[in-house]
Amino acid sequence: MSALAVVTAHSTIVLPHIRYLAILPEIVMLGGAVLLLGIASLVRRPLRVTVSTVGTIVIAGTSLGLALWQWADISSHGPYTAIDHAVVVDGFSVLITITVACAMILSALVGDGYLRREGVDGCEFHVLAMVSATGAMFMGEANDLIIVFLGLEIMSIALYVLAAMNHRRAASGEAALKYFVLGGFSSAVFIYGVALTYGATGTTNLTQIADFLSHNVIASNGVLLAGLSLLLVGFLFKVAAVPFHMWTPDVYQGAPSPVTGFMAAVAKAGGFAALLRVFVSSFGTLQSDWRPILYAVAVITLLFGAGVALVQRDVKRVLAYSSINHAGFVLLGVEAATAQGVSASLYYLFTYTFMTIGAFAVVTLLGRRGDGHHDIASYRGLAGRQPLLALAFAVLLLAQAGAPFTTGFLAKFQVVDASVNAGSVPLAVIAMVSAAIAAFFYLRIGLIMYTPVAGKGFLPGIEPLDDDEANAGPSGESETDGTGDAAPAELSAGNGQRPVWSGTEGAVVVRTQLNAELLLDTAPGEVQVLDPSEDIVEADAVDDETAAESAAEDTAKVPVPALAALAIGLCVAVTVVFGVIPAPLIDFAHKATLLFIP
Amino acid sequence: MSIPGDWYLILASALFALGAFGLLVRRNVLVMFMCIELMLNAANLTFVTFSRMLGDIGGQALVFFVLVVAAAEVVVGLGIVVAIFRRRSSATADDLHILKG
Amino acid sequence: MLHVAFLIPLFPLVGFVVLLTFGRRLGNPLAGWIGTIAVAGAFVATIITFAGLLGRPSNAREFTQSYFSWIPVGGLQVKWAVLVDPLSIFMCLFVTGVSMLIHLYSIGYMHEDRDYSKFFIYLNAFVFSMVLLVLANNLLVTFVGWEGVGVCSYWLVAFWFERDSAASAGKKAFMYNRIGDVGFLLAMFLIFSKVGSLNYLTIFSHTHLLGSATATAAVLLLFLAATGKSAQIPLFNWLPDAMEGPTPVSALIHAATMVTAGVYLLCRMNPILGLSSDGRWVIAIIGCATAFVAATIASSQHDIKKVLAFSTVSQIGYMVLAVGCGAYIAALFLMVCHAFYKGLLFLAAGSVIHGLEDEQELARMGALRKWLPWTFATFLVGWLAIAGIPPLAGFWSKGDVLANVYAKSFPLYVAGVITAFLTAYYMSRLFYLTFTGKARWQEAAGDQPAHHTPHESPWVMRIPLLVLAFCAFFGGVLDLPWTNRGLNNFLGPVFAGTLYHDNLSMTSQWVLLAIDGVIAVAGLAVAWVLWRVTASRPALTPAFLERVWYWDDFYDALIGRPGQAVARFSATVIDAKVIDGAVNGVASLVKSSSTGARRLQTGYVRNYALGIVLGLAAILVFMVSRTWWS
Repeated sequence: MSALAVVTAHSTIVLPHIRYLAILPEIVMLGGAVLLLGIASLVRRPLRVTVSTVGTIVIAGTSLGLALWQWADISSHGPYTAIDHAVVVDGFSVLITITVACAMILSALVGDGYLRREGVDGCEFHVLAMVSATGAMFMGEANDLIIVFLGLEIMSIALYVLAAMNHRRAASGEAALKYFVLGGFSSAVFIYGVALTYGATGTTNLTQIADFLSHNVIASNGVLLAGLSLLLVGFLFKVAAVPFHMWTPDVYQGAPSPVTGFMAAVAKAGGFAALLRVFVSSFGTLQSDWRPILYAVAVITLLFGAGVALVQRDVKRVLAYSSINHAGFVLLGVEAATAQGVSASLYYLFTYTFMTIGAFAVVTLLGRRGDGHHDIASYRGLAGRQPLLALAFAVLLLAQAGAPFTTGFLAKFQVVDASVNAGSVPLAVIAMVSAAIAAFFYLRIGLIMYTPVAGKGFLPGIEPLDDDEANAGPSGESETDGTGDAAPAELSAGNGQRPVWSGTEGAVVVRTQLNAELLLDTAPGEVQVLDPSEDIVEADAVDDETAAESAAEDTAKVPVPALAALAIGLCVAVTVVFGVIPAPLIDFAHKATLLFIP
Repeated sequence: MSIPGDWYLILASALFALGAFGLLVRRNVLVMFMCIELMLNAANLTFVTFSRMLGDIGGQALVFFVLVVAAAEVVVGLGIVVAIFRRRSSATADDLHILKG
Repeated sequence: MLHVAFLIPLFPLVGFVVLLTFGRRLGNPLAGWIGTIAVAGAFVATIITFAGLLGRPSNAREFTQSYFSWIPVGGLQVKWAVLVDPLSIFMCLFVTGVSMLIHLYSIGYMHEDRDYSKFFIYLNAFVFSMVLLVLANNLLVTFVGWEGVGVCSYWLVAFWFERDSAASAGKKAFMYNRIGDVGFLLAMFLIFSKVGSLNYLTIFSHTHLLGSATATAAVLLLFLAATGKSAQIPLFNWLPDAMEGPTPVSALIHAATMVTAGVYLLCRMNPILGLSSDGRWVIAIIGCATAFVAATIASSQHDIKKVLAFSTVSQIGYMVLAVGCGAYIAALFLMVCHAFYKGLLFLAAGSVIHGLEDEQELARMGALRKWLPWTFATFLVGWLAIAGIPPLAGFWSKGDVLANVYAKSFPLYVAGVITAFLTAYYMSRLFYLTFTGKARWQEAAGDQPAHHTPHESPWVMRIPLLVLAFCAFFGGVLDLPWTNRGLNNFLGPVFAGTLYHDNLSMTSQWVLLAIDGVIAVAGLAVAWVLWRVTASRPALTPAFLERVWYWDDFYDALIGRPGQAVARFSATVIDAKVIDGAVNGVASLVKSSSTGARRLQTGYVRNYALGIVLGLAAILVFMVSRTWWS
C-alpha cells in the first residue's frame, strides 16, 4: 500500500504539451466524420444523402478554412513543430491539408449525385472519405515515421472500404480485395522499414533522424539502407509507381467512379507528401543512395504508364494508367531533391487534384446507372449530345496532357525544369517523350467524343467515320484530293483587284483518315467490357438488358446533377484560370516550400 | 544464458520473408491475411529487439500502434472477404480476375 | 483620380462578358446599347484619369498601377499593370471616344443583321484589347492587346463569312498581321535578352545596355511589327481587302484606332528609336513611300470604301514619316485628327452605302446631295479636312508633319507635298462622284436593276456623324503652330530626350502652311475640272494603279505559287509517306510493346504481389551493391 503510494508519488508520467491548433483541421475532419455518422443515422432515409453532403461540405470547408488560417499564422509567425515534435505545421503540410480538403469538397459534390443515382442512401461514402482524408492530412503533417504509418493506415483502410462500397458490382469487391491484400502487404513492408530505420538511427522522429545522419557518417550501414529501401517501397506503392503499381488499374476500374477520383487525388497527395518529407528532408544526406532508384523508377513509371494506357478500352483504366504516368512526373520533382523540385511537386499535386477529380466526375456521370458504361465506344458523339460536358472533359484531358494555358502545362513544365536544374537531363527528356505518348490517348478520347455517331453528322466538315471502312483494315494512309475538292475562296473584288489568295487555284486539301485501329473505338480485338448486366448481382432495375437497349442507352443523354456540374465547373475553372494566370498558384507552392522545415 | 540481439533480428527477418513468400504462393485469402499478420509481427519483433538493444522504451510503445493497426486491418479485410465470398464455396484469391489488362 | 485607370479596360471587358453570356437573349437593340454604354463608361473613366493627370505638374505625369503578377518565372517577371502617362491617356481618350461614337452608329447600321449581338461582342472585345495595348506597362501585355486587336479584326473583317470574299479577306488580314507579329516577338526577345526586362520604364532607363547595332535591329523589328499592323509597305495590301467587314468596323478598326497601333508602338518605344538614326531613316523613307504609293492608288479606285482604305494607308504613311523624322507629337496630332475625319468619312460612306442598300461602286452613285443632306454636309467637312483646306483639322496636322519633314529632309518634303496634292485630288474625286453629277443609281447597269430612292440614315447614325464633323472641323486647335500650350506641352515630357525640333522661324512656318493651302486648293480645282460632271475617265485610272501597282500579283508569284508547290509536295510526299509512315511506325511499335506490357497485368493478386517483391528485391540488390562497392 505504502509502496504503491511511493511509486505513484515519484514517477509522474510526463505528457507532452499538446497544441491542438496544430492538428485542428484533422480534428475537425475526423470529429466531423464521427458526428456525421451519428447525425445521419438519426435522419430518415431519403434525407441521409442530403445531410451527408451538406455536412461534409461544411466540415471539409471548415477544415479548409482552418488550414488557410494556419497558412496565415505560419506566414507571419513561422512554421513550428508540435506535440513533442511528432507533427509539423509548415507551408508544406498546410498545402497538403488544403489540397486534401479541396479534394474532399469536390468528391462530396460528385458523390452526392452518384449515391442518388445508384440508390445508395447512406452516409458511409462521405464519412469514410473524410476519415481517409484525415489520414492523408496526417501524412502531410507527420514529423515522425510512426505518424506517417498511422496516417497511411487511416487513409488506406478507409479507402479499402470505399472501394468495396458498391457491393452490387462484383468488380467493386474484387478491386477492394486486391487493394486490401496488396495494401496490407505494402504496409507491412513499410512498417518493417520503419523498424529497421529505428534500429539504425535510434529514433523514428524525422528531425532527429536528419540530425543523426548529419552527425554520423554511415555510408554503408546495411540496416539503414535496407530500412530506406523498404520505406521507399511502401511509398512507391501508395503513389502507384511501376513496378509497385499493379493494383492501380484494377482498383481504379473496379472502385465506384467517385471513389476512384478521390483515391487518385488524395492517396497521391498523401503518399507524395510523406515521400517528399521523409526522403528529401530527413534522408537528404543519403541522396546518392536513393536518387538513382527514383531515377530508374521514374523512367519506367513514365513510359509504362503512358504506353499501356494506349491499348486500353476502358476509360477508367486509361485514366488509371494516366495517373501512373502522372506519378512518374511528380517523381521527377522528388528525384531532383531540391527546393525547386519540392515546389514543383507540390504544385503538381495541387493542380492534379482538380484535373483528376474533374475527369472522374465526368466519368461518373457517363457511367450511367450501374456505373458500367466506361467503354471508350460509349463516348462517341458525346459532343453532339452534351457539348458542355464534352467540352469540360476535353479541357480536363488536355490539361492532363499538358496543353498550354492550363495548370497541367505549368505543372509538367515545372517538374521538368526542376529535373533539368538538378542535372537529370535524360530523365527530363524521357518525361517529355512520355508526355507526347500520353497526349495520344488523351486526344483519342477527345476525338471520339467529337466524332459523331455514324450517320449523325453534327460537325460540318468532319465526315463521320464509316464503321465498315474503318474496320476494313489498317487505313493509316492519308488521302490527297488534288484540286477538285474545295475550291479556294475567290475574292470577288469588283474593280479587278486580284487578291493574293486567288492565285492559289486549287488549295491542297489533305484529309487524313483516322487510324481506326489505334482509336480502339471500333476495333474488335480483345475487348474486355464490363457489361453491367453481368456484374450486378442484385440487380433490381437494370437486369435483362438487351444489347439493343444498351446501344440505345449509349446515345441517350446522361442526367447531370447540379452539384456534380458545380464540381466539374470548379475543376475546369481552377485548371484554366490558374493556367492563364499562373502567378498565384506558383507563388503558393513556392512559398509553401520556403516555409518547409526539415 | 543470454541470446544476442542479432539472433532476434535474424528471426524477425526470417518471419518477414516467410510471410512475403506465403503471400506469393498461397491462394486462400484467409491464409494471405495471416501472412500479412506474420510480416507485421516480424516488424514488431524487430521494434522490441531494437528497443532493448538501444535501451529506448519508445520502440516498444510503437508496437502497440502496429498491433492496433493490424487489428483494424483484419476487421476490414474480413468484412470485405465476407462480402465477396458469401456466395462462393471457397475463399480463393485466384477466382477474382475479371479486372486485368 | 488616377486610380480609376483600371476601369478603362474593365468596362469593355465587362461589356464583353455580359454580351457573351446574355447577348442573344438581350437581342436587338439592347445588346448594342449595352456595348455602347460599356465603352462610354471607359471613356468617362479615361476623362477622369486625364483630369487627374492634368492635376499633376507636367514632369510628374507618370504613374504605374500594378494589379497582379502574371508570369513570375525566373528572370521574367510580368505583371498586369497599367502605365498612365500623357501618351497612353491621349491614346485612350480618342480610342474610347471614337469607339463610343462608332458603337452608337453601329446600333443603327447593324440593326438588320442576324448576328447583331455577336457584332457588339467583337466590338467590345476589340476596345478592351486596344485599351490594353495602349495602357500596358510592359511589352508582353501590349503584345496580348496587340494580338487581341488582331484577332478581333479578323473576326470582324470576316464577319459576313458566308461571303467567300469576306472569309478570304479575314485570312489575308490575319496572315499579313502575323508577319508583323513575328517582328514584335523578335524585338521583344531581343530587348529582353539585352535588358532583362519587358517593362517599358525599365527598358528606357537601361537603353545603354543596347549596342547601336542591337538598337537598329530592335528598331527595324519593331517597325516590321508596325508595318503589319499599320499597313505600310511591304505589308499594306491587307487593309483594302479588310473593307469586306461592316463599315463601322472599317471606321473603327481599319481607320481610326487599330491601324494606328503600329505608330503608337513606335512612339512608345521612342527612347529605342532615338538610339538608331539609320533605323529612323528607314522608317521615314518607307512611310513617305507608302504615303505616295497609296495616294496614287487611291486616285484610281472605283469602290467608295477602297478609296478611303488606300487614303488611310497613305495618311498612316504620313504618321510613320513623322515618326521617322522624330516628330512624334506631329505624328500623334495627325493620328487624332485622322481618327476624327477618317472615322467621319467612313461613317458617312457607310451612311451612303446604307442609303443605297449596300451599293459601294462609285459608278452607281452621284447626285446624292439632295437625298442624303446630313450625310452630304458631314462628308463635306471630312473631305475638306482631309484635303487640307484651312482652317480644318487636316490642314494644321498635315502642316505640322510637313514642316518637320521639311526641316529634316527636303526630298522627303517634296514627296510629301506631292502626296498632299494627290490627297486633295482623290478625295475630291470621291466627293464629286458620290454627291454631284448625274444620279447614276437611277439607271439599271448591266444585270443590276436601278436602286430605289436612297434614304437618309436614322438619328443614332447621324449623331456620331455630327460629333465627328465638329471634331474634324475644330480638331486643329489641339496643337496650333503659334502656341505651345496644346499637345506639344502635354505630350512633351514623354518624348523629352528624343523629340526632333524643327527650329523653323515663324515666317518659314507660315510660308509652309501657305504652300500646303495652295496645294490643297489646287488638288480640289483639278478634280473639279475633271470629275465634277464626268464619272468615268479610263485614262486617269490605269490598270497599273487599279491593280495596286501589281503588288498582289508580285506576292502571288513570289510567295503564293512557290509556297503552294511546297505545300503540295509536302502533302503528297512528305506528309503521306514520311510523316505518316513514321507516325504509324512509332504507333505500332508503341502499341506492340504496350500490348506486351499489358500481359503483365494478369488480374491475379499474387502476381501483383510478386511485382512488388521483385521491385523490392531489385532495390535491395542495388543497395547491397552500393555498400559493397563503396
